[in-house]
Amino acid sequence: MADDSIRCDACPVLCYIKPGRTGSCDRYGNHEGKLVRLDPHVVLDRALERGESVVPFLERSGEWDGTLIGHGEASHYEIFVTAIGAGTTYPDYKPAPFIISSQVDGVDMVTVVTEGIFSYCGVKVKIDTDRHLGAECSTVRAQGEAVGHMTTSEYGSQMLSLGGVRHLTGGSRHEGTATCEALLNLCNGKAVELKIDDGAKVVVQAGKPPLVDGTQEERMRVGCGSATIGMFAKQWFGKVDEVVVVDDHITGVLSEHQAGKLLGVRETGIKLKARRSTPGRYFQVAEPGTSWGGTDIDDPLTILGKFSAKKAWPGLRLLMVSTTGEHSSYFELGEDLKPQEKELPEDLRASVARIKENCEPALCTVLFMGGAGGSLRAGVTENPVKLTHSVRDTLTRVTCGGAPVYVWPGGGITFMADVTRMPQNAFGYVPTPALVAPIEFTLKLADYAALGGYMENVRPLSSIAEQDDGRKRLTARADNPWPLESGAKAKKR
Amino acid sequence: MNRRAQIRLLPDGRRLHLQDGPIDLIVEAFGAPQEIERAYRAACARFGAVLDELCEELSFLRQQSSADAAWPRGKVARRMVAAVLPYAAQYFITPMAAVAGAVAEEILAAMVSSAELSRAYVNNGGDIALSLSAGEEFVVGMVERPDRPSLVGTSTLRAANPVRGIATSGWRGRSFSLGIADAVTVLADRAAAADAAATIIANAVDLPGHPAIVRVPACELAPDSDLGDRLVTQAVGELTNAESDLALTSGTRTAELLLKLGLIRSAALCLQGDIRLVAGVGDSRTIAARVQERGLVNA
Repeated sequence: MADDSIRCDACPVLCYIKPGRTGSCDRYGNHEGKLVRLDPHVVLDRALERGESVVPFLERSGEWDGTLIGHGEASHYEIFVTAIGAGTTYPDYKPAPFIISSQVDGVDMVTVVTEGIFSYCGVKVKIDTDRHLGAECSTVRAQGEAVGHMTTSEYGSQMLSLGGVRHLTGGSRHEGTATCEALLNLCNGKAVELKIDDGAKVVVQAGKPPLVDGTQEERMRVGCGSATIGMFAKQWFGKVDEVVVVDDHITGVLSEHQAGKLLGVRETGIKLKARRSTPGRYFQVAEPGTSWGGTDIDDPLTILGKFSAKKAWPGLRLLMVSTTGEHSSYFELGEDLKPQEKELPEDLRASVARIKENCEPALCTVLFMGGAGGSLRAGVTENPVKLTHSVRDTLTRVTCGGAPVYVWPGGGITFMADVTRMPQNAFGYVPTPALVAPIEFTLKLADYAALGGYMENVRPLSSIAEQDDGRKRLTARADNPWPLESGAKAKKR
Repeated sequence: MNRRAQIRLLPDGRRLHLQDGPIDLIVEAFGAPQEIERAYRAACARFGAVLDELCEELSFLRQQSSADAAWPRGKVARRMVAAVLPYAAQYFITPMAAVAGAVAEEILAAMVSSAELSRAYVNNGGDIALSLSAGEEFVVGMVERPDRPSLVGTSTLRAANPVRGIATSGWRGRSFSLGIADAVTVLADRAAAADAAATIIANAVDLPGHPAIVRVPACELAPDSDLGDRLVTQAVGELTNAESDLALTSGTRTAELLLKLGLIRSAALCLQGDIRLVAGVGDSRTIAARVQERGLVNA
């Protein structure tokens, strides 16, 4: 072979394996020229060092001893079995694929591991940008199909609500598959291109900056224009006579703003072509857009009227800056009281840099949201509502691929989880179409018996952990609470 | 090389897992406990030599099948050749197209010849050989996408029905496919026959020259593939309804031909969410039975 294919000698087939591919068994692969063993079922193992994601090449000979029953009893809670790859028994009322017992501080704990099929599910996407992505309620499309909508704007961010049962199963086949694919890719941390009706095209990827109409968003705004005035008024005082912080939401004007007044900033006779809210705070300086402070303006002077001759003076120093510090211009008034652009003085340059510095990196964040339905709950207990009650009473801890979840108050088990806190490729799908997400319920063995659990299906962790049959050990993420930790349970809200 | 076949009981205490190189079997026998144990011992005894036997004749088994060629020595290899021979004159096919089914058949044969079992199955990565004594039945689940298994339907196989082999083939599966079917599931009298037929039908579900289909020479992906430099499917873009209709019709025609020739009992062809069924008059319910359940949602 002329390339860096390797010959696998794990069995007599002796496959030549190309880099990045696996042999005919799918168990051994060529990872950067090295033969590695790859396993699909994910076991979070907090004892391993973070970052190890493949099981090293290691053969174990697990000889069958010829009897039908019998396995060791060692039990250790350093391993938590996630539901990823666990499979599901849907649509049957059967016990979940794995019901695992392990001991934590001497108390028998049970983790019921299943992969739930969620038709009632979707993602909430938070896109850190002030740029106008689209009007509220606008349809969001993937591959031309409606997959969700723009919902309410949040602080420094635009929110999308994608998926849901109506797009998944209520529309055409293409709408369903496009929605399912978009959700699957977003949940698995892949980039998805979305187009908002009468709005922007945005590429969204969990944990990465958004790409709005081809431009990568760098930073979140530090605050609205008015808040920015409040934060930086002191730093500007004495260095400049007037500051306008351009913002699609609330544009701030230093000399009129409470913060400027308190410092004794002199009136400048500035006029904004906008609707005044309270002193120094203006709405609707321009149309929403993807330029200065989330507006559509490229020339900031277009939002200013004539300076009042009674109050303004030649030489008046004016700074105009956007809420992220990405745009800024400096002007001085001429004898005719018209602003003339000048180079930004060094000390003001520092304040603009400060605004930029205070803006956090703009990210897309993706929360999976789903409801554990009847048949899924029935895989855990013979009386599904008891599981709901147990979760509500915080006797049962719910995790999603080992990641913490927020369980929505009220009926059912509807939860949200940050997809970046789960192992890679934690999600799958079924052709319904619906998403397959891992879900684990952890509770005390006694509580499990009390809620009608499938006690005869409970098996010791050792029966899972000590086998080498396609389980993948991952190191637990340091920022996730350990799912079996005793401190993590029973905090009444 | 330090290889040992892995032989162990799964944690449920009922199913046997046999793995050796690319062969990965889940075996389950039903009957009296001592009979099950006897069957499992027979399966293990036979299993140990299967991969070595196959590898001895591997280069022959990777060549185009031909009626004129000599027969291989190994029992599994002979099952493979027998299964692909009906296609040798018309299609490109190598005995490897039936390897999974043939191995399943061989292990099942070892079990049923040494123990009294009510039913048994050997599942080799979705290619299944089964045994049913009078009055018994198996419920078999069907998947649409082998890379992301989930049930789209089930089919009940009764002892009176001659089907004893099930196989699935598609471009997303473990083996390469020349076609674009997500999955073609075939029920036939024997597992190796089902395996070969599924390969042929899946290859026929195709849209030659379609720009949204990414095809790569098999040897570029796996240098020693039996498919050589033939183009194998690596990705299929979104197809219009008319296009997937066209591809499925082509596959359906092939399946109907195989049905007429008595090579298969029924077949289900899946492509981007569309499913076509091909079955003889009496068999239509075996596979079609509950496919419609895919419309169910989790509620």
